[in-house]
Amino acid sequence: MAVEQRISGVNPMGGLLYPDWQHAEHSTGTSIMACEFNGGVVIGADSRSTTGAYVANRVADKLTKVTDYIYCCRSGSSADTQAISDIVNYHLAFHRMELGTEPRVETAANVFRELCYNYRDSLMAGILVAGWDQYKGGQVYSVPLGGMCVRQPISIGGSGSSYIYGYVDANYKPGMDKEQCVELVKNSLALAMSRDGSSGGVIRIGVITENGIERSVVMGDKLPKFYEG
Amino acid sequence: MSSIGTGYDLSASQFSPDGRVFQVEYAQKAVENSGTVLGLKGKDCVVFAVEKLVTSKLYEPFSNKRTFNVDQHIGLAVSGLISDARQIVETARLEASNYRGQYGVGIPLKYLNDRLSMFMHAYTLYSAVRPYGCSAILSSYEDNKPEMYMIDPSGVSHGYTGCAIGKAKQAAKTEIEKLKLSTLDHISLVKEAARIIYLVHDELKDKQFELEMSWVGECTQGKHEKVPLNIKTEAENAARQILADDSDSDVDEI
Repeated sequence: MAVEQRISGVNPMGGLLYPDWQHAEHSTGTSIMACEFNGGVVIGADSRSTTGAYVANRVADKLTKVTDYIYCCRSGSSADTQAISDIVNYHLAFHRMELGTEPRVETAANVFRELCYNYRDSLMAGILVAGWDQYKGGQVYSVPLGGMCVRQPISIGGSGSSYIYGYVDANYKPGMDKEQCVELVKNSLALAMSRDGSSGGVIRIGVITENGIERSVVMGDKLPKFYEG
Repeated sequence: MSSIGTGYDLSASQFSPDGRVFQVEYAQKAVENSGTVLGLKGKDCVVFAVEKLVTSKLYEPFSNKRTFNVDQHIGLAVSGLISDARQIVETARLEASNYRGQYGVGIPLKYLNDRLSMFMHAYTLYSAVRPYGCSAILSSYEDNKPEMYMIDPSGVSHGYTGCAIGKAKQAAKTEIEKLKLSTLDHISLVKEAARIIYLVHDELKDKQFELEMSWVGECTQGKHEKVPLNIKTEAENAARQILADDSDSDVDEI
C-alpha cells in the first residue's frame, strides 16, 4: 500500500501530491499549422514532445511523411498518431502501385478520417493532412478528434492553437503566396509556442509543391519575437 | 475451330494442345450472337449506342436495358448474355461503392477496369465455373477527360477511342475507323453512333430493334446519363435519312 502510494503519488485523501510522471502518456501537446497557397502548401509544427510536464523530446518531428507529396501534422498521443500515419502510409503506398499515379490528397485525408472515426473511442489524435496533387494543387484537410474531415484553406491544431485563432483570423488573407504563408506560419507558431506550456523547441517548416517537399528549421534562438505581457 | 470434339473444350481449366482455351472462345461466340454495341470517345464525351434486338412485339419498349450506371460518373454497356452481364454490373457497382466509401472520391475508371478484368478473368481459370458470356464497355469523364475501356470474356481489356462488340462488330469497326473521333463533339458523336447502328443492322435476319443510347462527358457535367429522347430521336431520323439517301443513289448508279 505504502509503495503503491509512493509510486502513484496519491495522498490518503485520494488527491495527487505531485505530477504523475510514470503514468502520464507520451503526447504531442502541440502547435501545428498548415496553409494552402497557389501551387502548394506550407506545413509547420513546434518540436516539443511531453510526458505529462516532462519534455521527453525537444526536437521531435511532428511533420510526418505519408507519400512523397502528402504529409501530416500530428497532435495528440504520439503512439496513436504514429500508428495511424504508419497505417495510412501503407495504404497509400499500395494504392499508388495499383493506381500507377500519386494518390490524391483527398484520398489520403479520407483514409485518415476512416481510421480516426472508426476508432474514435480509443484514439487521441488530431491530424492535419496536407499535400499537393495534380488535380486540385495544394490542399489542407483537418481531421480533428471525433474523426471529421474538412478541407480548409488554412488550419491550426494542437493545444497551442487555441492561443492563436485570433492572430490567424486577423492575418490570413486569401491568395497569399508561398513566402507570405511561410511567414504567417512561423509567426503564428512562435506566438503559440510562447503561450502554450506544452509547445516549444524549434519550428519545423515544410513546403510541398509539385517538386516535392522543401524542409527547413527555425532554431530556438531564432524564433520571431513578440511582446509578451 | 478444327479441334472441336477432341475433348479439350469441356472445361475452362484445360488448354488444347495448340494452346487455346475453347470455353473462353465459345464465350466470345456468345457475345457475337448478341446485338451490336458500340462506344465512341470524342473530344469531351463518350457515347454508347446499343442495338437492342426485339424478339417479340409483345415486349414493353425500354425494358431489358443494356446500358447501366455503375457510379455517377461511370457508364457500362454490355453485349452478350444479359443475365451474365447483370452480374458484372453488380460487381462493378460494389467495387465503385467500396472505393467511394474507403477513399471518399469516385473510383478512377482505370482502377475499376483493372478490378473488373481480374474478376472476369478469374472465371476462365477453373473447371467448376464457366466464363462470362458477355463483353463490357466502360466509360467515364474524369478530370475533364473522357475515357473508355472494353473487357472481353477472357478478361483481357484495352483502352479505346472507338470500339464495337456483338453481331456486326466488324462492319461497325470499319465505319468507326473512318471517323475523326478526337474532333467530334457530343452531338456529332450521338449522330455518328446512331448512324452506324442503323447502317450495320441486318434487316433480313433481325427485323425489329430498339436503339439505346447513353453518354457521359462535359455535356452532362461528368455524369453518365441516358441521351435525352429529343436528341436521340433527331439522331435516329438523321440516320434513317442518310441510309435512305444512300440507297437512292445506289439505285441511280444501276
